[in-house]
Parts: sequence; C-alpha cells; structure tokens
Amino acid sequence: MLQLNNVEVIYNDVILVLKGLSMEVKQGQIVALLGANGAGKSTTLKAISGLLKPDDGEVTDGSILFMGQPIHNKDAEDIVRAGIFQVMEGRRVFEHLTVEENLQAGAYTRRDRRNIARDMERVYDYFPRMAQRRHQQAGFLSGGEQQMLAIGRALMARPKLMLLDEPSLGLAPLLVREIFDIIKRINAEEGTTILLVEQNATLALGIADYGYIMENGRVVLEGTAEQLANNEDVKEFYLGLTEVGKRKSYREVKHYKRRKRWLS
Amino acid sequence: MDKFLQLTITGLTTGMVYALIALGFVIIYKSSDVINFAQGELMVVGAYLLYAFIVQFGLPASLAMAATLGVAVLLGVTIERLVLRPMIGEPIISLIMVTIGLSSVLKGMVNAIWGPVPRPFPEFIPRANVAIGPAVVPADRLIAIAIALFFLVLFTLFFRFTREGIAMRAIADDQQAALSMGISVKRVFAVAWAIAAVSAAVAGAIVANIIGVGGEIAGLGLRVFPVVILGGLDSVPGAVIGGLIIGLLEAYTGGYIGEGLNLIIPFIVLLLVLMVRPYGLFGKVIIERV
Ligand SMILES: Nc1ncnc2c1ncn2[C@@H]1O[C@H](COP(=O)(O)OP(=O)(O)OP(=O)(O)O)[C@@H](O)[C@H]1O
Ligand SMILES: [Mg+2]
Repeated sequence: MLQLNNVEVIYNDVILVLKGLSMEVKQGQIVALLGANGAGKSTTLKAISGLLKPDDGEVTDGSILFMGQPIHNKDAEDIVRAGIFQVMEGRRVFEHLTVEENLQAGAYTRRDRRNIARDMERVYDYFPRMAQRRHQQAGFLSGGEQQMLAIGRALMARPKLMLLDEPSLGLAPLLVREIFDIIKRINAEEGTTILLVEQNATLALGIADYGYIMENGRVVLEGTAEQLANNEDVKEFYLGLTEVGKRKSYREVKHYKRRKRWLS
Repeated sequence: MDKFLQLTITGLTTGMVYALIALGFVIIYKSSDVINFAQGELMVVGAYLLYAFIVQFGLPASLAMAATLGVAVLLGVTIERLVLRPMIGEPIISLIMVTIGLSSVLKGMVNAIWGPVPRPFPEFIPRANVAIGPAVVPADRLIAIAIALFFLVLFTLFFRFTREGIAMRAIADDQQAALSMGISVKRVFAVAWAIAAVSAAVAGAIVANIIGVGGEIAGLGLRVFPVVILGGLDSVPGAVIGGLIIGLLEAYTGGYIGEGLNLIIPFIVLLLVLMVRPYGLFGKVIIERV
C-alpha cells in the first residue's frame, strides 16, 4: 500500500535528517515506527503526508509510493484526497473551534457531504466523551480528550491509511490503554491501515503487526512485532529491560545508544 | 433628545461602515497574518464601480449593486492570485509592503479611469427624511445601517456554518494542522480577499451615497486601525463592536464637545482600553490549559 524507497529529507536546504529511509506498510496492517527522540520519526510521517513544506523541509531523493502512485511531490491537500491522513504530534486540535467544528474540519475534503452527519455519530460512538462536549471549545478539553478529538477528526476524512504521531504523548497510562484499544478497533472495524509512531515501544508492539526501528534517519531493524519484542537489543534500548530483567535508567540507555550497535 | 437621536443614527451609520471595513481587514489578518493597507482603496474602487454601473451603464440600482459585488469578488480573488500568492512564505513585512503597493496601484487605476475630481453620487439609497417620534432622521442613514447589518449577519453565518468558513477559522488557529486536514490554504486566502473586497465595496457605496464618490473615501479606510486595535486584530465580533464604539464616540464628541475633537477622542479611548486589555476588547486570548 505504502512504500518508501531510500527517502532523503533535508530541512532548510542544509540539515539532512532522513538518510535513505526505506520501509513498507501493507494494506490492513498496523505498523509501528519506533525510535529515540530526534531519530526522524515525525519527519518520516510529514514526508508521507506532504507536510514538510511549512517546516521548510523537502524530499530530495528517493520515492514514496501510495497504491503504486508516487506522492512525494504532491501537496498535502492531494495526499489527503488520495486517502492518507496524519494525526500530528501534540494533538494540534483547533483550539478556538468547537469539538463539532473540529470534526467538520476533518471532513473538509469529503465529497459525500450527506454522510458526514452519520460519520460524526460514529466518532461519538468511539469516543462517547466527545458527544457530551460537542459544543465546547476544543482548547478547553483535557489532553486525553484532545487526543481523542484528533483521532476522531482523522476518522471524519475516512482515510485508507492513518498516520499517528505519538498518540500516547503526555497521557496517563490508563488513558493510553484506552486510546490504543480504539486504534486497534479502528483498524479492525473501519479497515483503516495504520502507521503508528511511538516512544512507548511496549504498547506499540502490543497492537502492531509489524515494526521498524529507526535511528539517525535510517531504519536499523525491522521485523514482526513479535520478533522485535523478543529481540535482545530492542528489549534493552526500547523496552528498558536488561538481560537480567531489571530496569535501566534512561541515562544509561542513552549512553548505550551512542554505540549504535545495530549499525556495526 | 432630538439631537441625541440624530447623533446616534449618524454614529451608527459611521460605525457600521467602520465595522464592514474592519471585518474585511480582520478576515485577511486572521487567515494570513497580512495587514492589508489597501482596504481604503478597495472602498474607493467599490464606490466607483457602483457609480459606473448606475450612471455610465444605466443599470437599475439593485442590478448595479449585484454587478458591483460580482466584480468585487473577482477583484479580490485576482488580487490574491496575482499579488499575494506569489509571496506566500515570504516574510510578513514584505507582504505588508505589497499591500501598500497595491493601494497605490488601485489609486492610480481609479485616477486613470475616473479622474481625480470627486463626483456627486446617484441617489441609490433614497435621501428622504422620516419622523421617528419627535425626531426627524434621514432615511438613507437607516437604510445604510440595515444594508451593513445584512452583510455583517451574512458573513457571521458564513463563518459559523459553512465548510469554507470553518476552514478559514481552522487556518487562523493552526495553519499546519489545517493543511493536514487537506484544507486548501490558497483557496481560503482567495475567499478571504473576496470577502474583504465585497465588504469594502459595500462600505464604499454607503459612504459615497452620503459624501459623493471620490478618492477621499479611502481616508475613512484608515480609521479602520483604531477600530481593529480596539476590537482585537483577530476578532470578527470585535471588528463590529469596535466599529460601532468608535463611530458613536466620534458622533457624540463631534456633536456635544466640538468638531475636530471627534477625531482625537477615539484614540484616547483606544489608549485607555489597551492599557487594560492589550489584546483589544475581543482579541484572541491564548488558551492555556493547566
Ligand atoms: N523544521 C525543522 N528544521 C530543522 N531541523 C528539524 C526540523 N524539524 C526537525 N528537525 C530535526 O530533524 C531531526 C528529526 O526530527 P523529528 O521531529 O523527525 O524526530 P522524531 O523522531 O519525531 O523525534 P521525537 O521523538 O522527539 O518527536 C531532529 O534532529 C530535529 O532537530
Ligand atoms: Mg516526533
């Protein structure tokens, strides 16, 4: 469904961030993209969805194919119409719009305007809390509610492929569980293919079919979710466990990271 | 009492005109951060267009108004397409300079077509007087207020309920997130300029009906700055209420305190308001959750 071949992304004409990244997302799957801060995960998603321009970034090499068509030179608008929708990092709801207006904004590119009301009910079905707050300004929702709204807004576009950038960011563990359950449901019930970027590797691999681990602008490891979850390196760096099973501090993990064992 | 009513109606008329001009200004600022210095010239163009359709083409007033609005929409979209779109991504200061240039170009064009001498405006709103209780008030003012009100309500409904209106507010909130919805920024900018041109044309026509058609109409456009700063640069209701406040203040100070002062008092009020509310009366408060 989606293929990235040796994609290179440069910001401000000088900062090379993606250094020949290749990956694939198959129809119907949930694919997890994991990696430390600054690895280039968000950049990868923005390259797919055409959102690099406002950040002064550009795909300078390689290709991105969606359903066989190259999309790396297209505008965000056309990419949304083609069926890819990104839920950006940090929720990015329209704060001064109501919940309902946010959902309507998500449906902006829809041609079948008549079905929008029905789909809105469907979103409220997934997120009953949104229904109660439908006339409230989105800026006053809690962080978790905003994340729900951001995902609901994506549902309104009826995308074939949904890109989720760190949906667990800053949320309480219980809420994170709830949101991940819903992501899984969306994948199963709507048939939406999902590319999920996460810091929380345990959770992400828990619902994913396949996973990629990236570091420094490249994919350094890939495999089924199960393979990755059982991989010693992944356990050590991303699941925070050593062989003996005791937790490592973040500082130590970071220290190890510099050795880049996957590349050698 | 009679004088008070007179002044109120004068103030409301001016206020409504300010509100319309400010509305166009705020819409452009909200969606694209551009401060449009050509708003005054757009009024002049609108007034001359209506003049041309009525006097030079001999159209009936209603048809002439429709034609004027049609051309205003085209003008707005064309300006966005030819002048501003090539500048997308340039620093805001360049965009502002471009609107100043645009204002000179429009002025030059009006001069070339209709000459520098103001002309009397045809009576497209009847200039009779009507009695309201003990007071006699000019009917054209009342009709002007009604026309302005009609357009303000129309624009408000547009923002609240239409797909394009919601997209416009979404862009004002978070442009990149709006892009990620597939919202076409170019299209929204074009709509913003079309609305600005239409509201300026309506305001221009109302003013021309009172003072005749000529370049000095643009001077009123400059009064938009105290209005929008008072109301809040990015607030549509602020534009309307700011317009009414400044309009009424001008009328009352002119009538009760003395001509001349009416141009200064609004600025004094403005300063006082800004001391208490630096974002203006209705300026967008940054929502901070804790
Ligand atoms: N607009 C930009 N201009 C310049 N450099 C940028 C820009 N955006 C991101 N970068 C750089 O690109 C690199 C990758 O950033 P990116 O946001 O893709 O990382 P990430 O994997 O999503 O990290 P995180 O987990 O912190 O969200 C970082 O080094 C960052 O500094
Ligand atoms: Mg990121």
